[in-house]
Parts: sequence; structure tokens; C-alpha cells
Amino acid sequence: EDLRVDGRGCEDYRCAEVETDVVSNTSGSARVKLGHTDILVGVKAEMGTPKLEKPDEGYLEFFVDCSANATPEFEGRGGEELGTEIANTLYRVFSSESSVDLKSLCINPREHCWVLYVDVLLLECGGNLLDAISIAVKAALFNTRIPKVRVLEDEEGSKEIELSDDPYDCIRLNVDDVPCIVTLSKIGYRHVVDATLQEEACSLASLLISVTSKGALTSMKKVGKGSLDPESIFEMMETGKRVGKSLHIALQKILDEEESLGTSRQKVGFLG
Amino acid sequence: MAAITMRLPVARKAVVLSAPRGGEKHLVAPGDTITTDTGYMRGHGTYVEEEKLIASVAGAVERVNKLVCVKALKTRYNGEVGDIVVGRITEVQQKRWKVETNSRLDSVLLLSSINLPGGELRRRSAEDELAMRDYLQEGDLISAEVQSVFSDGAVSLHTRSLKYGKLGQGVLVQVSPSLVKRQKTHFHDLPCGASVILGNNGFIWIYPTPEQKDEEAGGFTTNLEPVPLSDREVISRLRNCIVALVTQQLMLFDTSILYCYEASLPHQIKDILKPEVMEEIVLETRQRLLDLEG
Repeated sequence: EDLRVDGRGCEDYRCAEVETDVVSNTSGSARVKLGHTDILVGVKAEMGTPKLEKPDEGYLEFFVDCSANATPEFEGRGGEELGTEIANTLYRVFSSESSVDLKSLCINPREHCWVLYVDVLLLECGGNLLDAISIAVKAALFNTRIPKVRVLEDEEGSKEIELSDDPYDCIRLNVDDVPCIVTLSKIGYRHVVDATLQEEACSLASLLISVTSKGALTSMKKVGKGSLDPESIFEMMETGKRVGKSLHIALQKILDEEESLGTSRQKVGFLG
Repeated sequence: MAAITMRLPVARKAVVLSAPRGGEKHLVAPGDTITTDTGYMRGHGTYVEEEKLIASVAGAVERVNKLVCVKALKTRYNGEVGDIVVGRITEVQQKRWKVETNSRLDSVLLLSSINLPGGELRRRSAEDELAMRDYLQEGDLISAEVQSVFSDGAVSLHTRSLKYGKLGQGVLVQVSPSLVKRQKTHFHDLPCGASVILGNNGFIWIYPTPEQKDEEAGGFTTNLEPVPLSDREVISRLRNCIVALVTQQLMLFDTSILYCYEASLPHQIKDILKPEVMEEIVLETRQRLLDLEG
């Protein structure tokens, strides 16, 4: 009958708060609060050498840190396992060619390229981590400003890289095709989106799908000890695509709204 | 259709404190000096250093004649004899169950402190010990009363009344124990169609009101029939109202929950958790409660 414990329907998300540009010493950052889940993502752009098999592209590196403040289980090294699992999921989601335009990150083929280090920090765990992380990563990438560089050729053929003097002269990434993860948890005979901690404890199996804004699926992963019926997988995929599209629309709207406020926006940050 | 709302964060507004009766509350933080007068006895939450009485927890100072103590706003549950608690069974041991009640130590429910099914009165035998798991298993929720408190602070529970026992279908809300007001009775049948148990330990149990009141089984059989949608809506709404009251730091008792429920009726159930709706509802509730007092 489409009624969960907190009154939401099976396809409703909790109220989300998104804020970008919260960390000043990164190229881009975002903080997402989805109910009790709090995620902070920082993107740092650094120069590196391209990978051997893809000489004319830059690349992304993900690192997930589960802060000990999130839950007592993350004390000491407890959060490492979860962190590596989330990082691997993010690599898989972004492994598709079309998610981020990696060719724009290239400066000199085979020699220099931009490497985007995406650091995810889990501040509070309130259920549905991966959805919140993917929203935050997309917002942070939208907020990333990579400085423009020029390559100068010397007479001897050695190349020099010159950073432009103007701090506002930067390139922005096109995040239209960046996918967002939708987690569908199976509880009983139905599946729900955006599960809280209690709902996650009740669900034995979940399906993680990453959807782009156009509704295309880029990756799919099943988690949990329970089993999923093939028909329910199809249903969950359809639900996921639908929910994913509306998620992208809502997120883009809020990012554009924030952008349009410009410098007059009151930064709330962490002490608000 | 999916409903996804995203918003930009807004700076939190400070919670407006209504003028409390009986004068201003003296709020302290750990390390604050309460008084330098040496005539006072130190109670819970205080310690003496260099002839000054200093608070060790964050809360309000309470003074009874010469005894000064600090009642913390957010603590684990400290058991008192006669309190009603809602707890979850964590372990089944030889002659007792260990119950989690949001306190520093697990509470204890002795086999001799429960009612046997059928209401028999006899000494518990070895067969009863072996059949303990048939009565209460790990993960079950029970409502019980505090019988006594051990010297280390652990609480001993009993369910020696038909109104206590295993809880069936419902929703549990976990809040801070200091927000549950001490009242004559903690079992309320709200007129909106659901019943609520306000545990002193901060565990609040909302469940559909049972039709018949007689339970010969001694409170150990659970009704697993599907709950109708109308009851579930009432229960979800009550749960969201309680969460709203807790966010705005209002004391929880049957009148405040009922007023909050009535104030929330114009809104959809899932909208109650939105910050602006929450503030509006709780403001209205606060107003009605102030009008009620005088």
C-alpha cells in the first residue's frame, strides 16, 4: 500500500540538503545531508602522468574515509573494509567511457594530464550511503574548477607548463552524464528506495544501479545475503531508472539555483 | 511517482525557550562552577575542586535544600524503582534474560519475575529454564517495570502484571530519556486510534489499539495479523510527530503528543519531517500547551 514507517512512499527520498564549495582548499567540494546521513566530498585536481593504456586522457581516483564519528563500528580500522568496498563501487560506476569527459583533462598526451582525486568522508551513517555519496560526488564535480594551463614549447623542444595568472580562469567539468547510484532494498515482497538504518536491517538483498540523467544504466550490483528473483530484478531496474531520472532533475535544479545565487549566497558550512 | 526534494541548507534557528515556571533554569556545561559556597552537599553530576562545586555534565542545576545536583539533558537511562521501560532482549542466559534498555549496563529480567503463560503460580523448574527461549527470544521487545536497582547501576525488571509482556506489531522510536515526562501512567490509548507506551528509558512504542482487552495468555502471544492501512497511517503520523517534538526539545507526554498530532493533520505524513513544517507544528503545540496551563 505504499506507506513506510515514516509516511514515505516506496519511491520517495528523504529531504536532502546539498551545499557546494564548503572546503576552501579543494578544487571542488560538496556536502550532502540525506536524513541522518552526512557525506562530505572534496575534489583535488593535480597534475600527473596519464595511464599507459590511455595516454590522452586524465583519470579519477576515489578514496573513501569512514570517520569514527559516524558510528561506533568505525572506530580504529573498522571502517576500512566498508571504505574500500564503497571506493570499488565508485570505480565501477565511473568506469564507463561517457561518464566524465576524460579527454578534456589531458594537457600533453603521454606526458601530463589532470588527475582528479575524489575524497569521500562519511560524517554520519543514517542509511543509504551510496546514494548520498553519488549525489555528493556529482555536486562536487560540478563545483570543481580546474585552472587553465598553457603548454609552452621551448627551442630545444622541452615543454613548460604555465598556469594562468587569473584565479577565476578555469575550466569546469561537464557533469551531464555523471551517473547517480540508486539503491533499491528488497523488504518482504516490495522494494524501497532510500532505506533508513532500520529498513536496511530488515532487507536481505539490495540492488545498486547507477543511472545517468538520460535514464541509461551504467552499472549494476547486487548486495546482501538474500536472493533476488529475476522478475523482481527487472521491476527494480525499471523503478531505479525512473527514480534516477527524477533524482538527476532535482539535483541539477538545486545546483543551478546555488550557482545563480553566486557570491550573495550565505554559506552555512558546518556551524550553521 | 517518486517525490524527491532537495534544498540548500539554511542556518539553524536557535530553539526559542518559553519562560519556564519557577524561575530561570540554571544551565551549566562540564567545568562550570555552580557555587563557591561550601555549605552544599554534592549530588550527581557534580564534583568538588578547590572548594568550588563544579559540574561534570551538561544540564540544569537542581537544588533540594542542601543537595545540589546537575540533571543532564542527554544521558543514558538511569533506572529508578517503579519506572516503566521498553527493552529488547539481547541474551538468553541460564535463569534470566538480558535486556537492552539504553542504559550503561544491560538490564536483567529474571525467570522468576515473569508471568508463566496461563497465569500459573508455581516455582520455576528445570523445564521452565529449558523452555525460556519459547517465551522470549533474542530480538523480542518487551515492556516491563523496574523492580530494583543493583549496586552497579544495573536494573532488574519484572513483568508481573498482565499489562506488561512481549510487544507485538508496532513502531519503536528511540529518544533521549530526559525528554520523557514522569507521569502516573505511561500506557496511553490515544483517541486518534493508536496506543502508545512511553518508556522512561526513552524507548517509545506505538502500536494499534487491540480490540479485546482480555489476554489470558499472560502477555506472551503476539498478534501477527496484517495491520489495516488506516491504523498504519495513524501510527506513522504519531511517529513523525514524536520525532518532531524531540527535534525541538519538547517534553513527551500524552497531551503534547496528542496536540502535535492534531496540529499535523493538515499536512501529509511525510511532510512532517521537513524542517519548516516541523517548526510550525511544534510552535502550535507549544502554544496550546501554554494555553492549557493557564
